[in-house]
Amino acid sequence: MRSSESISWFADITLSDRPAVGGKGGSLGELAHAGIAVPPGFVIRTTAFERFIAALEEDGPIRAGVAELEGHDLNGITALSENLRARLEQAPLPDSVHMEIVGAHTDFCGENNWPLAVRSSATTEDAEGRSFAGLQDTFLWVMGAQAVLNRVRSCWASLYSVPSIAYRRKHRIPENTVAMAVVVQRMVDARSAGVMFTRSPLTGDRSVVTLEATWGLGSALVSGEVTPDRFVISKITGEISVRHISDKHIQHVPGAGGGTREVDTPENLRRESSVSDQELAALKDIARKVERHYGQPQDIEWAIDRSGEILVLQSRPETVWAARDQTPVAKPTENPLLHVMNIFGGRR
Amino acid sequence: MSASVKPTGFPLPSSLQVVPGTERAQAAYPYYMQFTKEDDERFWFYNSMHFPEPMSPFDVTTAEAAYCALGAANTRVHCLPTTLGIDYRIINGRIYIGGNAVTDAAEIARRTKEFQQRAFYYYANWERLIAQWKDKMMALIREAQTLRKLALPEFEPLEHVHAGRGIASNHYLLDVYQKTLEGYFRMWHYHFEFLLLGYGAYMTFFDFCKKAFPEISEQTVARMVSGMQAEIFRPDDELRKLAKRAIELGVDGVLREGASPDDIIKALEQLGEPGRTWLQELAVSRDPWFNINVGDGFYHYHRSWNDDLSLPFSALPGYIANAKAGECIERPIEKLMAERKQLIEDYRELLNIDEERAAYDQMIALAHRVFPYVEGHKFYCEHWYTNLFFNKIREFGALLAEHGFFQDTEDVFQLTHYEIEAAIIDLMTAWSNGSPPRGPARWPAIVQERKAAIKEWAEHETPPALGPVPEVIDDPAIVLLWGITRERLDAWLAAGGQADASEIRGFAASSGVAEGVARVVKSVEQIDRLRHGDILVCRVTNPTWAPIFQKIAAAVSDIGGSMSHAAIVAREYGLPAVVGTGTATQKIKDGQRIRVDGGRGVVTILQ
Repeated sequence: MRSSESISWFADITLSDRPAVGGKGGSLGELAHAGIAVPPGFVIRTTAFERFIAALEEDGPIRAGVAELEGHDLNGITALSENLRARLEQAPLPDSVHMEIVGAHTDFCGENNWPLAVRSSATTEDAEGRSFAGLQDTFLWVMGAQAVLNRVRSCWASLYSVPSIAYRRKHRIPENTVAMAVVVQRMVDARSAGVMFTRSPLTGDRSVVTLEATWGLGSALVSGEVTPDRFVISKITGEISVRHISDKHIQHVPGAGGGTREVDTPENLRRESSVSDQELAALKDIARKVERHYGQPQDIEWAIDRSGEILVLQSRPETVWAARDQTPVAKPTENPLLHVMNIFGGRR
Repeated sequence: MSASVKPTGFPLPSSLQVVPGTERAQAAYPYYMQFTKEDDERFWFYNSMHFPEPMSPFDVTTAEAAYCALGAANTRVHCLPTTLGIDYRIINGRIYIGGNAVTDAAEIARRTKEFQQRAFYYYANWERLIAQWKDKMMALIREAQTLRKLALPEFEPLEHVHAGRGIASNHYLLDVYQKTLEGYFRMWHYHFEFLLLGYGAYMTFFDFCKKAFPEISEQTVARMVSGMQAEIFRPDDELRKLAKRAIELGVDGVLREGASPDDIIKALEQLGEPGRTWLQELAVSRDPWFNINVGDGFYHYHRSWNDDLSLPFSALPGYIANAKAGECIERPIEKLMAERKQLIEDYRELLNIDEERAAYDQMIALAHRVFPYVEGHKFYCEHWYTNLFFNKIREFGALLAEHGFFQDTEDVFQLTHYEIEAAIIDLMTAWSNGSPPRGPARWPAIVQERKAAIKEWAEHETPPALGPVPEVIDDPAIVLLWGITRERLDAWLAAGGQADASEIRGFAASSGVAEGVARVVKSVEQIDRLRHGDILVCRVTNPTWAPIFQKIAAAVSDIGGSMSHAAIVAREYGLPAVVGTGTATQKIKDGQRIRVDGGRGVVTILQ
């Protein structure tokens, strides 16, 4: 499967492609490129978005209208947003864009009617110091080429939602730098899912991986609806020093017609560990690999599918303890023996 | 720690009762070891790591000699800034100890200055001083080995008379006895010459690791420092070698489980050349490597492998079976060293400031330089020399028994070292003047009474600690050697409040989880009750029990830190171990199913 003008497969992407594939697409591509298993997929590059916008602007300005607005002008933003979103949702796609997306979908799924996730991947998303997280839409359990096309439009349109426009105007982000790529990837029907930090969030210890896990999709954990199982694993020795198995009374599973639903966890699984020791060891190895790849501590979302395969859904730099890393625990001394005074000199 | 959760403390020494009927046996111990009212003001803990069973009147010599030397090294020789020596008391045969901390800032500063001129000199000249130490230690061992044999001939040998020696044989009883005692006390000075400095360097590195990696386990730090080549591992190594040789020579069939050493040796002799070859190799291994006793050198009845071959011989069939099953039974030293190196590099990589890495390098380098002494000294001191010492006292026991002072050679250990000297002078007098000695009328009843008391005391539990709980425990020796920390004491206090806790907590000494039948081994004589797959539950695990580690599934002990030799051996065998539980031998009943989680330091009673 070759990448084309509007389509990039994950394996062909690195972080440096972010201007063309957005933050999420760049991150997934970077992980895939580094040999980390992610749910496979492709990115509809910003080129497609630009071509669509260019076609639309033949019937009237899009970006120029946004750029004229003030951040506090909520009425103006709301009116323009409704107008622009309607145009983006309804106007026909340029033929070439339509064909490239349908073609990529066919290449990817073949005869399989795989459920897919369609995610916005804005070029400013996850950029240094500015997070658009949550401002763009993600659509889960999308099935079929037509549905994908509809959701891609929805993602593009979400760039012109009231909060998105307001955010950009408030931060005076130039409109011509704003573009939207879209990630299309396999949905993971997660048996278990969770998050892991490549250091201890409690002590900042970089020699451990702290991991939380629950049954089903990770959304139940992220939203705080279940108390997850909690583990602390040594990066070096693999020793599991904390193993807290909680009562996971509910779990999130795929809904019949798309989306997710909440179900009761079967009684016999509630107090069972949602990950095996073997899986913990594999997750720890993945965490180290991702951290090494990025050269700094990471906050990683992961899932284990029904066949037992572990997939990384997302990885972000962990920044809370960064300041601590700048303060050495001890400095070298001219006479190395002076170190022993820490013990023999008494506690200070 | 807020005042509201401050624990009330442990029972006061004055509240401990001497077991009724044993008062006279208690009074036999020297006056300076008896508790007095003033001792209520201080914190004490039961040193069950070194003295897990009631001590006989002679065996307390081991405590006296050890603490005299430990205290001298700390207080007067190296001048540790924050701590002096250790005080010791005995009640119901149980030895309680307490440290003397230095808390006055000016005094600490004064001692720091002294310390840096003394300890730093030792660190700087470590290799030379260690080489000198080995020479001194070997000379001491030779001295003990060449002490003259005891003899009271009817008439002084003619050649002594003709040579004009001028000193009669009875005098040499006193001479040899005093030299025996003196040598033993001297040995302990050698023992502590480097020990605390070695531990201190280890602790310095440990302290750094705990700050840089707050969640690192103690056992991981221990593995980074451990040298693995120490002499204390040699006896077990020799056994493994002998097992392999038995197979090569085709004589392994004779080394059966359950057969007595005498029968095995007879059977080997009947096998002709291969059997004799193996016995010759055994003889080479025995000198000196079987001079290892089955305890830690504090009890006269912890005989050495040389004195009682049943322990090493009982371990051989297991090694032979493993080797025949295709296992490599030799310790994979190169692999262990490579693992250690990798571990050090892996943690180093996680440090992300150059300065921090440089400090780490300095500390680990110092620990590696000085720590081999800590691992190695035990073979020479607590084992080799101690065996010579107890066996020499045994010679006096045999002589006194021969002259009717008591029935059995071993009864000599029911006298204090002062009383033995008195008995010797009594015998010297009798030999010289032709009167019967007075001892035979005095000692047999006393010996019986004391033996009965020790038996009685062993049936009584004793509190793990006494007196008020100190706010902080800042004595490097106490924290490292005994694993006594403020947290540990709080756990002991908390455990005292819960009647039937099925969970027992201790130090995570060696990771892994195992379930099995608990074998509560309260004294070394009970070792042979262990069956394959059992979990050893004891007062203190001991590395000289190493050969039994091949058949147990896990180990649990009442006392010990992560650097206790038990923990080191357990890690080498890859067995889960939890040490320093305080109460495992009291709470776990023999035969119960238990689970040992060595990574978390938790023992769970399953039924």
